[in-house]
Amino acid sequence: MTREGGGTRPAYSGLEDWLTSTDGDAFEMKRREADLLFRRLGITFAVYGEGGDPERLIPFDVIPRVLSADEWRRMETGLVQRVRALNAFLSDIYHGQEILRAGKIPAELVLTNDQYAPEMQGLDLPGAVYTHIAGIDMVRVGEDEFYVLEDNVRTPSGVSYMLENREVMMRLFPDLFGEHKIEPVDRYPEELLMTLRSVSPYARDEPTAVVLTPGRYNSAYFEHAFLADEMGVELVEGQDLFVHDEFVYMRTPQGRRRVDVIYRRIDDAFLDPLAFNPDSALGVPGLLSVYRAGNVNLANAIGTGIADDKAIYVYVPEMVRFYLGEEPILRNVPTYSCRDSDDCRYVLDKLDELVVKETHGSGGYGMLVGPASTKDECAAYAERIKANPDQFIAQPTLALSTCPTFVENGIAPRHVDLRPFVLSGDKVRVVPGGLTRVALREGSLVVNSSQGGGTKDTWVLGT
Amino acid sequence: MLSRTADSLFWASRYMERAENTARVLDVGYRVSLVPSLGAEDSTEWGSVLTICGCDARFAERYDTVSKRNVIDFMALDPENPSSIYSSIRIARENARAERNNLTTDIWEALNATWLEIRDMDYAVLAAYGFQKFFDWVKERSHLIRGATMATMLRDDTFNYTRLGTFIERADNTARILDVKYHILLPQTEAVGGAIDYYQWSALLRSVSAFRIYRRIYRDAILPSRVAELMILRGDMPRSLHFCFREITANLDMLAEVYGERHECHRLAGEIHARLRYGKVDQVFQEGLHEFLTDFIERNNRLAVEIGRNFLMTV
Repeated sequence: MTREGGGTRPAYSGLEDWLTSTDGDAFEMKRREADLLFRRLGITFAVYGEGGDPERLIPFDVIPRVLSADEWRRMETGLVQRVRALNAFLSDIYHGQEILRAGKIPAELVLTNDQYAPEMQGLDLPGAVYTHIAGIDMVRVGEDEFYVLEDNVRTPSGVSYMLENREVMMRLFPDLFGEHKIEPVDRYPEELLMTLRSVSPYARDEPTAVVLTPGRYNSAYFEHAFLADEMGVELVEGQDLFVHDEFVYMRTPQGRRRVDVIYRRIDDAFLDPLAFNPDSALGVPGLLSVYRAGNVNLANAIGTGIADDKAIYVYVPEMVRFYLGEEPILRNVPTYSCRDSDDCRYVLDKLDELVVKETHGSGGYGMLVGPASTKDECAAYAERIKANPDQFIAQPTLALSTCPTFVENGIAPRHVDLRPFVLSGDKVRVVPGGLTRVALREGSLVVNSSQGGGTKDTWVLGT
Repeated sequence: MLSRTADSLFWASRYMERAENTARVLDVGYRVSLVPSLGAEDSTEWGSVLTICGCDARFAERYDTVSKRNVIDFMALDPENPSSIYSSIRIARENARAERNNLTTDIWEALNATWLEIRDMDYAVLAAYGFQKFFDWVKERSHLIRGATMATMLRDDTFNYTRLGTFIERADNTARILDVKYHILLPQTEAVGGAIDYYQWSALLRSVSAFRIYRRIYRDAILPSRVAELMILRGDMPRSLHFCFREITANLDMLAEVYGERHECHRLAGEIHARLRYGKVDQVFQEGLHEFLTDFIERNNRLAVEIGRNFLMTV
């Protein structure tokens, strides 16, 4: 909230009075009220198989995170640029592979990668869009400096929290919304529906879109149901769909109905038991062949994982230059690839200062935060790196910005990141703001909800 | 709409209705057990509760003696008993949760709040809260959820499946209560004699919210044959078999109109409806009340299966 060298950031000047004039008890009361609202609305994050209440609430912090109009405009331009480059990269990789031939990215890094999907080779998609919904994780490190921490271009989640956090904030603090000019976010579901319809394989008046969920035991099930509801489309499971004569249909009380676009929240491996994992009961047998025949579109496309692999991440700025001929607006966090022997030596040497991640990992699992780890933990992790150097990257622990957060002993600074959502179809759409995640433990840098992180409402101020 | 959606809505409302009916049956059992002079063994009264709910065998697997405590524990709160009020609300809520996008916020919040309240109850909590207060609470929640359905739900086919679930379940339950209780009370055709009998019959009527209705319609002493007539054939009594089938056929007709197609379930429902609409209570007794009700329960089940086959599992 404060600038380098002291003073309040202009974006927070309006909130400052509110923060100093409201006492801890009032915040505590509002926090409880928020919990009750989330519980009543059924907004929970399902964690099965770990004991305890399977329907947990993600902790919600009642103090919003604020971005000025200028900060947002710059970020938005950068996001659009980055996602355009990522889509261009995916289209290229699954067609002519120019970027590999130009030597900008080592070919073996792509072609031997588990995330590279050979079945996508040569397939033309509507609008050449692969990642229709992308969540780009950003952190602030300096006054006007935002880094991209990672790109999520497979099935990024969290957007329902962005929407519901706003809903709850407006119920809890209606006055604040009167005093501040805050960009609304509630049109996201409509933008998503427009995006999905725009990439239908057929120019029909009202293409049928559906949301495909693994089912109610999935941790993000609430979000799947929420988005289907807000868009007014069917929420389907694999068993509700079937393939007949090279088309996909859903089962309805009136018989079958054709489906044109599937917003799938199921991983590639489970989409079609005939083509991928034969044990998957979640998918639709024969789906891939309909997809390849161009009779249904999937959002996101199969094989997008190659673009957000942590080993590929290093090359995203290069993609922006290569495909768009522009200088990247958003910067990458400096990253060491352990596949490079010089980098690897450096990483092993400075393990206690770095954050090390698995290239294929997600959700904050399997990472090492050097400064917060014991000597033994570092030593054990070093052995894992030595055994498979290709599978690890390392980044310096950043001086992440903090945001005032209500914790047990009052208001205290906690580290935050931001995940804006970028929609690509006939055009690129970004709703102002995103999901702010906050590391609730003092000093912690890990914001993932599976690792004890919470969320906040995110305000982009109007001009 | 998906077939699975129709299925979930049907079962969500069926299970909520079941929770209410189980509360009603337990309430009668409890009222009767409050009057020790009734002569009926405690275990007979509570045993009949299990019979009505079709739970005798499952109960015997888990408990040695039929007592007030065991039966209330088993039928109200036992998570292992799929017919308990607890399980019914849980299953209703699970089905609704799968279809949140097809329910209004009012319906979902009412149902979800009901589940969150019963989730942490145990026998001690229940006893302290008061049994009758609890049974009333279940009925109130059921009324609230149904009220939210009537007041907020779009009148498309989702509404029809929701209503079908309610009335198939209610018809089954009214038939079971009448069948079991009637034979315990050893009916005569003459007026009910004595205070004890009177209390039992009035409890039966109260279990289907029909005590006052009986008075209003017949303005006379309680006659067992009239009780049967009221619960089976009166088209204006909201928990009677006739009323349930008026609703069932109306909802099936609306589906036929929207879909432009009629199925076996339409024929079967019409047939059952006609018997209830044009039947006379004398004929019912000639056939034998027990035989009539057993036959009805069987047909009602078959109708549920046909509705499932025709709409809920289509390809």
